[in-house]
Amino acid sequence: MSLATGKSAFLEGLISGVPFLFVAGPFAFLFGVVAVETGLDIPQSVGMSLVVIAGAAQFTAVQLLSEAAPIWVAMAAALAVNLRMAMYSASLQPHLGSAPFWQRVIVSYLNFDISYALGIAHFDERPERPVNQKVAYFLGTIALTAPFWVIGTLIGAAVGGALPDNALIDFAMPILFLAIVGPMLKTLAHLATAVSSAFAAMLLFWLPTGIGLLIAAAIAMAVGAEIERRRGR
Amino acid sequence: MSHSATEIWAIIAVLGVGTFLIRFSFLGLVGARRMPDWLLRHLRYTPVAVLPGLVAPLVAWPDAAGGDTDPARLAAALATLAVAFWRKNVLWGALAGATTLEALNWVF
Repeated sequence: MSLATGKSAFLEGLISGVPFLFVAGPFAFLFGVVAVETGLDIPQSVGMSLVVIAGAAQFTAVQLLSEAAPIWVAMAAALAVNLRMAMYSASLQPHLGSAPFWQRVIVSYLNFDISYALGIAHFDERPERPVNQKVAYFLGTIALTAPFWVIGTLIGAAVGGALPDNALIDFAMPILFLAIVGPMLKTLAHLATAVSSAFAAMLLFWLPTGIGLLIAAAIAMAVGAEIERRRGR
Repeated sequence: MSHSATEIWAIIAVLGVGTFLIRFSFLGLVGARRMPDWLLRHLRYTPVAVLPGLVAPLVAWPDAAGGDTDPARLAAALATLAVAFWRKNVLWGALAGATTLEALNWVF
């Protein structure tokens, strides 16, 4: 297991993560702006991005604080938004579970939508890669986005202002995630899972943020697993 | 805002620890042990079970369009998915989506 192969896996991950800078940058900037408008100071805004490092949950918490919600409501709602990440954690376990403890700690801290989506797409394509290369790839995917997230928040909080009104900026996130999903639709089971997920999430959208998605994901996973059980892989 | 600095820092700390524990859960505690087959069969579908649901409401009711369905964004999403599926390539898909969105917004 040479260092060089770990390094090249890291670089591969790094390159695959570059398009997501267009998502993380503006999103982080916006969070900084909104956080300061809500009444957080700059250290609190940046501290939240550094410690929590989860976009949607941070927006949820700040939104509830701006409505003067009790702090336990803000905490519970933001954590509910992040519960999907337990699914990410379980889904990564077969690939990364045998990595050393400290590496699993770092991977967990950096496990968000972007790194998870890019990482699992790669691991499903290349399941035979040794675990150290998988860890290196995963960390590569997020090595630029994570600092962008924190620095973007700082700029938004310190400078303020508004994002340019541009459809590509506000729609970059759906486009990039759909582009990741496309190649994953390898079998009928995958396709049925994706369709179930989309429809169930829309039907359950009225539920508190994060909860509808969680239920939709559980239903969709069951659909995929059941089709696989009946038809074989 | 009606919250003190202490309360804000408490929220940040609790969300930080809580979010980490959620992310660490299976990866940290199960470690290298093999999970049961029925569970693995479900987990294989995690990405296609979560990501479409995460994105679908944003596609159907984009905030930037005031929560109404926007034909340009809808077409861009479908173009992304179709090309990414057809070429088995993330970047071609993203490029198709971005081009579709820009072209439709330029025409209309």
